[in-house]
Amino acid sequence: MSTADSKKTKKPCRIISQECIGRDIYSMWLDAGEIGKNAVPGQFVSLYSRNGSKLLPRPISLCEIDKEEGKLRLVYRVTGKNTGTEEFSKLHPGVPVETLGPLGNGFPLEKVKGKRVFLMGGGIGIPPMLETAKELDAQKTMVLGYRDELFLNKEFEAYGDVYVATEDGSAGTKGNVMDAIRENGLEADAIFACGPAPMLRAIKAYALEKNIPCWISMEERMACGVGACLACVCKSKDVDSHSHVNNKRVCKDGPVFLSTEVEL
Amino acid sequence: MSRMNVNLAGVELKNPVMTASGTFGSGAEYSEFVDLNKLGAVVTKGVANIPWPGNPTPRVTETASGMLNAIGLQNPGIDVFCERDIPFLRKYDTKIIVNVCGKSAKDYCEVVERLGDEPVDMLEINVSCPNVKEGGIAFGQNPKALEDITKEVKKYAKQPVIMKLSPNVTDITEMARAAESGGADVVSLINTLTGMKIDINRRTFALANKTGGMSGPAVKPVAVRMVYQVANAVKLPVIGMGGIATAEDALEFIMAGATAVSVGTANFFNPYATEEIVKGMEEFLEKQKVADIKELIGAVK
Repeated sequence: MSTADSKKTKKPCRIISQECIGRDIYSMWLDAGEIGKNAVPGQFVSLYSRNGSKLLPRPISLCEIDKEEGKLRLVYRVTGKNTGTEEFSKLHPGVPVETLGPLGNGFPLEKVKGKRVFLMGGGIGIPPMLETAKELDAQKTMVLGYRDELFLNKEFEAYGDVYVATEDGSAGTKGNVMDAIRENGLEADAIFACGPAPMLRAIKAYALEKNIPCWISMEERMACGVGACLACVCKSKDVDSHSHVNNKRVCKDGPVFLSTEVEL
Repeated sequence: MSRMNVNLAGVELKNPVMTASGTFGSGAEYSEFVDLNKLGAVVTKGVANIPWPGNPTPRVTETASGMLNAIGLQNPGIDVFCERDIPFLRKYDTKIIVNVCGKSAKDYCEVVERLGDEPVDMLEINVSCPNVKEGGIAFGQNPKALEDITKEVKKYAKQPVIMKLSPNVTDITEMARAAESGGADVVSLINTLTGMKIDINRRTFALANKTGGMSGPAVKPVAVRMVYQVANAVKLPVIGMGGIATAEDALEFIMAGATAVSVGTANFFNPYATEEIVKGMEEFLEKQKVADIKELIGAVK
């Protein structure tokens, strides 16, 4: 993938701000120092609970990166009661959160420079597309899919045309991101996408049909986050050069993959 | 520093802290966080005669103060391991212990024989992985089968052999004695405890494999008890593991009778854990005015 395997660090990062921006959706800025300075769009960080009985890190994508100040914005969903994400949402500015990162590889911005590019996000897959939109030098069209309530969509408007789809039809196209592309007659030369597996499957099929390159950001249950434990694998089309089987590590070889490299 | 030396079947370790198989790859990923030169040994992820693809995902899930895994011994096979992983580890001043997995006695022996001429220090035979039907657990839950496989492996092994024991048995001392009768040089314990978690909203198992091996701080008291029992049942040196996250945890195992300890799941929530544990143990010796770590092995009264 495009980005160098930047130096990883685990350290406490102070919360700068914390805000609820939608139902169960929170936006948090972290003072992440070198983790922020080394980060690129499409990468993620792992946050650790303060509750010692919750051992495993929670991987969260990077919504915005302030490289100069070393600050990171994370927009995340609270997944339920007594979860790690619920705990994070209740932490106030000034409180440190153990953070490991930056992790994984980002979107290959250089490969699509100057082209017409779809930036597609579904649900909690939308946040990483914001920093991608900010840094990508191309003709960008954002296609964002929601269940019902919108979030972050206004923030994309500075970077290109924004189309939204909602499952309940309350805003934009009724349906999913593919419906929004068809309804609006949109076209592109390349795609960057992040979202649930059914959405990525549909986007991969669309890209194949249109014969355009497509990079997707995958998700899987993780333990270490650094490529050692082999928990978060996805099926790869070819035998992977590291694993020597048809498996790639989402945390280390991804989370961004060329769609034709992986099976969904 | 010399006060931290321990000896395992003739292999001199600079300190008793090693990694637990499967949690540390072959060291490359965690070498970004810890100085491998500071560790007594690196115990590698299990390696088989041919590449294994492992289990379907999800392969891990969190439990209270622990986790379940069912990776299924995914590994690149012995050829790649010898070409890539051993040369990487040789760059460091630490002992190399290769964890060996297989589906049959022949598989194990093939890998053990292949490793005979490689620059590795010890072999750990995984006869206790609970996540693969034919991943050795068949050998690890029956004393006669364990004794036989130990004998078989010893015929081919040029390095000292560690038999890794399963806690999923009625009497772990019986298994340790079987390994000893089979000619094992060292025993290590505990492998993970078989567990299960159910996602009540989706009415599915949390792991694709249904069951997984439980590890993490939650299993430590069980592991300390078993290490104590085994250390008192056999003459072999014991490597203790199960939920070690701090130097204090490691010292519990040493006092229960372990000569060395392995750090596993803790790497996932603290990638600096292994090095911190070495340092913490040294500080304990200093503070308690203990001249040699060996004085603490089995020192519980």
